[in-house]
Amino acid sequence: MKHIITINKANLKNTAAKGGCGKCQASCQSACKTSCTVANQKCEK
Amino acid sequence: MIHKYKLNGLNIVLDVHSGGVHLVDEITYDLLDNVEPPFEEECPKWVIEKMMRFHDERDVVTSYKEIVKLYKEGILFSEDDYEKFAAYSVASPIKAMCLLVEQDCNLRCEYCFAETGDYGLGKRMHMSFETGKKAMDFLLENSGNRENLELDFFGGEPLMNWDVVKQLVEYGRSREKEFGKRFRFTVTTNGMLLDREKMDFINREMSNVVLSVDGRKEVNDRVRKRVDGTGCYDRIMDKYKELVDLRKNENYYVRGTFTKYNLDFAEDVLHLYNEGFDQISAEPVVCEPTMSYALTEKELPAIFSEYERLANIILEHDKQGKHFNFFHFMLDLDQGPCAIKRLRGCGSGNEYVAITPEGDIYPCHQFVGIEKYKMGNLNDGTFNTDIKKEFAAAHIYSKEDCKKCWAKFYCSGGCNANNYVYTGNILTAHKLSCEMEKKRLECAIMIKAAKAAEELDAEV
Ligand code: SF4
Ligand code: SF4
Repeated sequence: MKHIITINKANLKNTAAKGGCGKCQASCQSACKTSCTVANQKCEK
Repeated sequence: MIHKYKLNGLNIVLDVHSGGVHLVDEITYDLLDNVEPPFEEECPKWVIEKMMRFHDERDVVTSYKEIVKLYKEGILFSEDDYEKFAAYSVASPIKAMCLLVEQDCNLRCEYCFAETGDYGLGKRMHMSFETGKKAMDFLLENSGNRENLELDFFGGEPLMNWDVVKQLVEYGRSREKEFGKRFRFTVTTNGMLLDREKMDFINREMSNVVLSVDGRKEVNDRVRKRVDGTGCYDRIMDKYKELVDLRKNENYYVRGTFTKYNLDFAEDVLHLYNEGFDQISAEPVVCEPTMSYALTEKELPAIFSEYERLANIILEHDKQGKHFNFFHFMLDLDQGPCAIKRLRGCGSGNEYVAITPEGDIYPCHQFVGIEKYKMGNLNDGTFNTDIKKEFAAAHIYSKEDCKKCWAKFYCSGGCNANNYVYTGNILTAHKLSCEMEKKRLECAIMIKAAKAAEELDAEV
């Protein structure tokens, strides 16, 4: 490809089918607390 | 849906529904303004003609082919087929709890949402061991098949009720086996009462510790004040260093709040780094827009450029082998949480609850005191499952603004409490928070893209 470089796996859709086990950490999104954005968490499965 | 933007000399395209991140050249960047599915095999004539004003025809044609190829691979203009998963978004076991073990505080930070510890309730309460025990039992009994239970000691200042914290940790540990569960304790402290005994206990028992400090001494001391009005910086910094040192620099972070007073907050992040911390968070203040330190629309341009500056500082440091984590720019583009988790974010009121010293149950620490959302009480055994259901159904597809938003799988619909406080509805996004969140995400993705681009250069 000359014009476009894809820099990641773009696999979000696969995770929908397999996901939702709920083992991962809860994640307050807000300013006041653990301040994680969901996206910075790890899947713990 | 795609989101494209230019930052730091890079043309970045995010494909929202596949999570794909692409770096594109100028032609493709322009071409994406003119084409969308359904695609024809060849680039439409009118598009070529329009593009030819600025670009070479052959390049337009080949760029178009690449766009169509990625579309067919499902990583550009991919379809939004998540709504069906959102429909399964039902009540879940409770897996996390915030214990407001102490509603009093030994600091009087100007911006504290807990209103110097009493959450606006006008009372200063300590949680008793009995109530704490009931809370932990409640968590153990309502956590279904979840094995890891998170329990955060929060306040006010939790170290002011230290004996109860210790007893509760001991109690929790004594019951893990019979339930087949594991507690992950965390504590958020202002540092004032830290001593070696507490540090050792925290480092042994707590899987994470959050240390509040706003950055540079003058910035910190202007808002983080003791009862007598003097700042707390000098008292806490050495203790934080000692604690972090003792826990071998792992699983902690220093967190600060930035306000209108320090719109150059990148300096505060750097200050904390230079003081030896490498896990750093700085958060925009949440408060009434009328406060003198409030962040409003007017401050957005300054905040945006400061986030960009910080992103560049991080990249520069990285190049010199100096790494630190700024929490809001941390992003895993490949192994982040599953899409299901991203639909709902924090899980407040559903997977997560907060307990007050009186045993009242709220959807989270920020809802404490909002009568409408009081879910029940541990002492009289009440628990309103309708409120739980309402929160379970609060996901990005039930929030009108979020559904259409490019940031939805990273932001997960924002903060329900913020939404409620500012808009009166947990489902209505608070625009100012959205703007900042989107900027942070653009910066975070840019950092990843810049590193990827550098690696590619190195390979050539
Ligand atoms: S509602 Fe807001 S403050 Fe409460 S847990 Fe969720 S993100 Fe955090
Ligand atoms: S809260 Fe705002 S930024 Fe977040 S997904 Fe919703 S609309 Fe987007």
